[in-house]
This record gives sequence, structure tokens and C-alpha cells, in this order.
Amino acid sequence: MPRPRVAEILTLIDDGAAGRAALPARLCQECLAALAISGVGLALMTADGPTGGIVAATDGPAQEMEELQFSLGEGPCVDASSSGRPVLQPDLLKDAVARWPAFGPAVLAAGIRAIFAFPLQLGAIRLGVLDLYRSTPGRLSASELLDALAFADAATQVLLHLQHHDDDNGAQSMLTDAFDDRAVVHQATGMMTVQLDVSLAHALLRLRAHAYATERHICEVAADVVDRSLRFDHSDAGSSRQARQC
Amino acid sequence: MTTREQLLAETFVELADTMVADFDVIDFLHTMACRTVELLDASAAGIMLSDQRGGLTVTASSTEEARLLELFELQNNEGPCLDCFRTGLPVAREDEQGMRSAWPLFTQKLKEVGFSSAQAIPLRLRTETIGALNIFRTSPSPLTEADLRIGQALADVATVGLIQERAIAASDLLAGQLQTALNTRILLEQAKGVLAERTGRRMDQAFQTMRDYARKHQLRLVDVAARIIDGSIEQALLPQRQNKTSS
Repeated sequence: MPRPRVAEILTLIDDGAAGRAALPARLCQECLAALAISGVGLALMTADGPTGGIVAATDGPAQEMEELQFSLGEGPCVDASSSGRPVLQPDLLKDAVARWPAFGPAVLAAGIRAIFAFPLQLGAIRLGVLDLYRSTPGRLSASELLDALAFADAATQVLLHLQHHDDDNGAQSMLTDAFDDRAVVHQATGMMTVQLDVSLAHALLRLRAHAYATERHICEVAADVVDRSLRFDHSDAGSSRQARQC
Repeated sequence: MTTREQLLAETFVELADTMVADFDVIDFLHTMACRTVELLDASAAGIMLSDQRGGLTVTASSTEEARLLELFELQNNEGPCLDCFRTGLPVAREDEQGMRSAWPLFTQKLKEVGFSSAQAIPLRLRTETIGALNIFRTSPSPLTEADLRIGQALADVATVGLIQERAIAASDLLAGQLQTALNTRILLEQAKGVLAERTGRRMDQAFQTMRDYARKHQLRLVDVAARIIDGSIEQALLPQRQNKTSS
């Protein structure tokens, strides 16, 4: 599915000079520039909640918003991650204290009046949350919301990309390589997580790396996995072998 | 009441039931697609939803053929569903000739898969088109006017289902629902893969197994999928089905 805006954002932040580690900060900066908001934070999440890994924050309050959620274990970003849907709070003064008794007063004291939290997930793979804040109350307009969703998609790509480089020293893909989101890719990922006895996130990375290394489209490789002509073998660390067991 | 009126009434009750408590959007749309086939003298049906980023995504299909055709439409950027999504109006052609000139590649593929006609009905919320219901038939003519009205009623129910949660702004709501729907779709595909690999079943069998289990235990499909992935549903607890092939 072509998403021109996501590709545009990825190209914008991937100018190479500052290296991979700077990608999250650049993404947050571009998001701040594109929308009428006060700051942006990007935090890592797992099924158990915030990991404490704050990948980027554009300013002090954004940093504090992330740290508070980690230390208190509650807040819109925590809710967004656990429910898998955006949490849009245009006026924290009205809603925050009742909903988050510890986080609410603390975040208001930090000068934050509105938070928009977008979960960064691929099915059961939970990567993190992109949090936008405003120092004055107010909703995101429909077009801002669409753009925020595009930034969330781009942030998902960035986190996947960083994971890829963290734990894989084999073939490496480019950030701006189109990620194909078709069903067959996710089905193959599910099969590979059993074959390799690894997490879904890891299985997806292996699938992408294999496609990149063999110069094939990820959907073709995924289709081979699904029709069982290609198997990834858990005992064979690096590569995969062709199987004829159907 | 005729049998069909009865079926129609039952369908609306069933869909309304689905919408009450724990709403499972993918399960709901899958039910929609299957009931559309039964009610409209159609061979297959599918639902595509806006991904809220300017594109469409295949969300539910009554059969694998319907899903593949819809994917083909997206890949080749032509077909009744795309026209329907762009215009917000029902789209059909009188005959095969009309279909061929409007959508040459799509019509070719349609025939290969064994259907003779395809048409689309919009899922509309006021002025916004949020997706389309696709209907595939082995008969070369489009649905009758009466059938088309029933189809539109089903599409309207689907739309209501998608936006049924109360909220302040429709756009917030849609963004949330659709992001959840898309992510749920991914989760289900991942779970199908896990289950297919553990049991040696085909993808469609794996999906049916998940649905059967969800129904039997009155769980949401999405929760069953999550438990399959995290391993908290043992394979042995899942219903056994006779495989059509020994793959």
C-alpha cells in the first residue's frame, strides 16, 4: 500500500550525515515542525509497559512526560500502547486527574495541557509510542491527525530499522526501502517465529534480511514460507534451507 | 416472511448483537462478508477499508478468491472497488464488455478466478467514504435494484458498526477504529501463521480454527489470536479439523 507521506517523512529524516542514532530525534523534530504542537517524545514500550527507553524528546517537558509515565506506570502513552489505539487528550485539565491520579497532576505541573499518543505496533509486535504534546488545550485538526498518523507509521519504521541494526550483522536494508504490509508477510512472520523459536519482531527482521540478501521482494519470500517451499531452520543460525516436505 | 426476509432479519440481529459488548471489528466484518454472499445471490464478497492515510486495505473476505481479487485491484490500481471508494457511489457495469473497457486487467483476473461480474457498494459516513463492499458473482449481470438496496443496507450497518463507539469527533474515532482494525488484521495474520506452522494446517483452516475456538469459548477473535501468539492457548486445546489435503 503506497503511503506517500510516510515515504516523504522517511526520506526527509534519512539524510545520512548524522547516522542511524539520530533518526528518532530527527523524526521528532520534523513532526514538531509539521504540526501545531509544542513538543514530541518517542518512547519504547513492551507488553508490560514502558521500558524506560526514551528514544528522543524535543524539549524538557517532552522528556518529563516520558519519564513520568515510566516512573508512575500510567498515562496516555501507556494506555495507547496497551489498547493499541491512539489516545487523544485535547484538554488534560478536564480529564487527566480523574483518569491518571498520579500522572495527571504531575504532567499539568510540567506545563503540558494536551497529549496525543500514538501506539507504534505491528500486530502483536509492540515497539513504542509517539507522544505529541501541547502547552495549551486544543484538538488536532483532521489533517493534523492524518499527518500525526503518518509520523507514527514512519516512527514504527524507524524503530524496526534500529532493531534490525542492533541485533543483526548480516544483510542490512535501507530505512527508505518500502516495507510491504501485505497479509502474507505477517503470516510468514508467524510461521517463522515457530520455526526459529524467536519473537515476532525478530522473525520479521529475519524475513526482511533474507529478502534483502537474496535480492527478492519480501512478499515473494513470504509466499515461499507460507506455501512451505522455504523454511527457516532454528538449528542453522544464519541461513535457511529449501524444504520439500509438502 | 420469505426465507430471505427471514435471513435478512436474522443477519441484522446478528450484526447488532455483535456490536454490543466486546466489539471485534474483524470478526464483525468477516460475518458481514459471509452474510452478504448468502443474502445477495453473490459468489463471494469482501470489504476494503480506508487506511486513513489515503489508501485502501483489504480487511475481510468471504473467500480466499475474493481476497486475492481485491489485492489485485490494489496492486493494479483499477477495479470497481477503487472507483467506488473514489466517487463514494455504487459502481457496476451492465455486462462483461462494459467491465472489460473499464477495468481490462481486473476483468481478466476476475474471469481467471471463475467469476463473471464484480461490483462495489460504498461504506459511507455522511460525506466521507470509509471503504467499500465488493460483490463477486458467477452471473455476468449486476445485482438487481432490489438486491442493490439490500447490499447498501448491509454496507450501512457495517459503517455504523465501525463507528459505533461514542466520541466527540468522527475523525478521531475513525482514526482510532481504523488504526485498531488494521493492527488487528496484522495480529490475526501473525496468529494464523503461528497456528499454521504449529499444526501443519493451511492459512484458511488456521483462521477457521481460531474463529471456531473464539465462538465456542465466547472470546473475541483478537484475544484468541493474541493468546495463540503468546502461547497461552495450547495447541491441544484447539478444535481438531479434518484436513482436506494432507499438507
